[in-house]
Amino acid sequence: MIDSKHIREQFPILKKWVNNKPLVYFDNGATSQKPLSVIDSIVKYYSEQNANIHRGVHTLSREATDLFESSRATVADFINAKQGEIIFTAGTTDSINLVSNGSNFAKGSEVIVSQLEHHSNILPWQLWCERNEGKLKVLPINNDGTLQIDKLKELITDKTALIALTHVSNTLGVINPIKDIIKKVRSINSNTLVLIDGAQSVPHMKVDVKDLDCDYFVFSGHKMYAPTGTGVLFVKESLINKLNISRTGGGTIKTVSFEKTEYVDGPLRFEAGTPNIEAVVGLAKACEFMNSIGLSNISEHEHSLLEYAQKQLNEMEEVVIYANHLDKAAVISFNVKGQHPFDVGTLLDKYGVAVRTGHHCTQPLMSYYGIQGTIRATFAIYNTKEEVDVFVEALKKAIKLLN
Amino acid sequence: MGIKEIEEEIISEFEIFGEDWEGKYEHLIDLGKSLPKIDEKNKTEENIIKGCQSRVWLNTEIKDGKLFFTADSDAIITKGMVALMIRVFNGQSAKDIVESKLEFIDKVGLKEHLSPSRANGLVSMINRMKLDAIRLSQ
Repeated sequence: MIDSKHIREQFPILKKWVNNKPLVYFDNGATSQKPLSVIDSIVKYYSEQNANIHRGVHTLSREATDLFESSRATVADFINAKQGEIIFTAGTTDSINLVSNGSNFAKGSEVIVSQLEHHSNILPWQLWCERNEGKLKVLPINNDGTLQIDKLKELITDKTALIALTHVSNTLGVINPIKDIIKKVRSINSNTLVLIDGAQSVPHMKVDVKDLDCDYFVFSGHKMYAPTGTGVLFVKESLINKLNISRTGGGTIKTVSFEKTEYVDGPLRFEAGTPNIEAVVGLAKACEFMNSIGLSNISEHEHSLLEYAQKQLNEMEEVVIYANHLDKAAVISFNVKGQHPFDVGTLLDKYGVAVRTGHHCTQPLMSYYGIQGTIRATFAIYNTKEEVDVFVEALKKAIKLLN
Repeated sequence: MGIKEIEEEIISEFEIFGEDWEGKYEHLIDLGKSLPKIDEKNKTEENIIKGCQSRVWLNTEIKDGKLFFTADSDAIITKGMVALMIRVFNGQSAKDIVESKLEFIDKVGLKEHLSPSRANGLVSMINRMKLDAIRLSQ
C-alpha cells in the first residue's frame, strides 16, 4: 500500500483549483506533475551549482560536470544500462530523430512501424524512407489493440533495417510483449535493429533494457516526474559509435581542424552544445523519487485505479472503451456515444477534471477504429480513487448536459 | 441591428446565468442544436476550417454587400460558438465584420475558447469569417 497523502504532499500543483474546483489531473500521459525533490533540485542547481560542464578547470565547473555525469549513472541504473549507453536528448521525439537521422542503412531499406505508433515514431522513419528510397511497412493490430505478432514473419525481409515499436501505446495503454517480439525479430533477421519507444512505459513500470535486448530505447523525462526538455536515447554499447552524428558542435570532439575533426567516443559525441543541465539533474531526482516509492508499487497503484475507473465506466451504457481490458497500463481511452470528445473534455475541464481529447498524435490508429478521436484519462502515482469518483461523477453530469 | 447591438443583446442574454457555468453551457449547447442546417453540398473539403479539434464547415455568401454564413460542426459546444458568431455577423458588411472587436466573447465568460491552447479553434473560425468577408466583397 502506498501512502497517497504523503505522496500528494510532494506535488504542490495538486493543491491547485481550476474553474473553482479542486484539480483532478488525469492527463499524465501527456505530461506528469513534478515532486518537490525535482523542483527543489532545479532551484538548488541555479542557487549553488551552476556552471558549464565538461570544459572548465574551475571547481564549480568540475562539480557541475560530476553532477551531470552522476545523473547519467542514475538514469543508466534506472533502466539497467551502462553509463556509456545513455545519451541525453530533449525528449523521445528528439531521441528518435537522432537515430533516424544517424542511420546509414542501405538505400532501399525497409523500416517497420506498428499501427499503434505515436506520430513521433512514424514521421522520422517516413522521412528516412522518403530520402532513401526506402519502404515504410506497418505491423497491423487486432481490435483489442494488441499487435499481430505473427505478421512479423511476412513483413520482415532481408531488407528490413529496423523495426520501431512502442512499448506501451500512448492512446490505448496496451503493453506490447517487447521481449518476445525482439526474440522473434532476431530469429527472422538478425541484422534488423530494434528501437523501442518507452515514453509511456518508463513512467509506469520497471524497464530493463538489457533484459529486453533492444538496440535503441527512447523515453522522455517530463512524463516521469522530471522537467520538460529532457529525454534519453539508450544505444546498445556495441552500436553507439556506429550511429552517425546528425547534429554536431561543441563538446563532441577530441580535436578540430579545418581539414579533419576527430570525435570522442560514446554519448558525448551526440550531445553537441551546452545541454539542459538542470533538467538532467532533475531527471535523476525523478528516478530517485520513483525508486523511493518502488516501481512495482507504482504499477500496482496505477493499475488499481485503472480497474476501479474502468469498472465504473463500463457500467455506463453510453461509454465505449477502446482496448477494453485490464491487461494494460493505466490508460483509459473512451468515447461517449453520440458525443464529440471535444465536448466531453471541455465540460470535464469545467468540473476540474483534466483529461486529453483528440487523436493523441496517433491518427493512423484513429483511422483503424474509424473515429476522429477519444477522451483519454491516464493515471499517475499521486492519483486516488476519490479522484476517480469525482471524474465519473463529472462525466455523468457532462453527459446529462450534452443530452 | 449592428454588430455592437447584437453583442449587447447576447451579453444580456447570458447575464441571467451569472456564475452558473452549467446554465451558460446548457444555453450554448441549445444554441448549437438550433443552428440552422448547412446545405449538405456546402460541406466541402474547402469549407472545413483547419486548426479545429472538432470539424467545422463554414459557407459564406454575399448578397447586396451583406455577408451570410451557414455552418456546421460535429461538436455541439463548437456549434454553439459558431451559432453565436453567425448571429453577430449575419447580414453585416465586410467592413463592419473585419473591424469588429467581438468583446462579447470575454464578457459572456467564453474567453477561454480564444486561448491558442484551445483546440476548438474559435480563433480560426473568426479569422475565416473575416477572410471570407474580405474575399467576397472585393
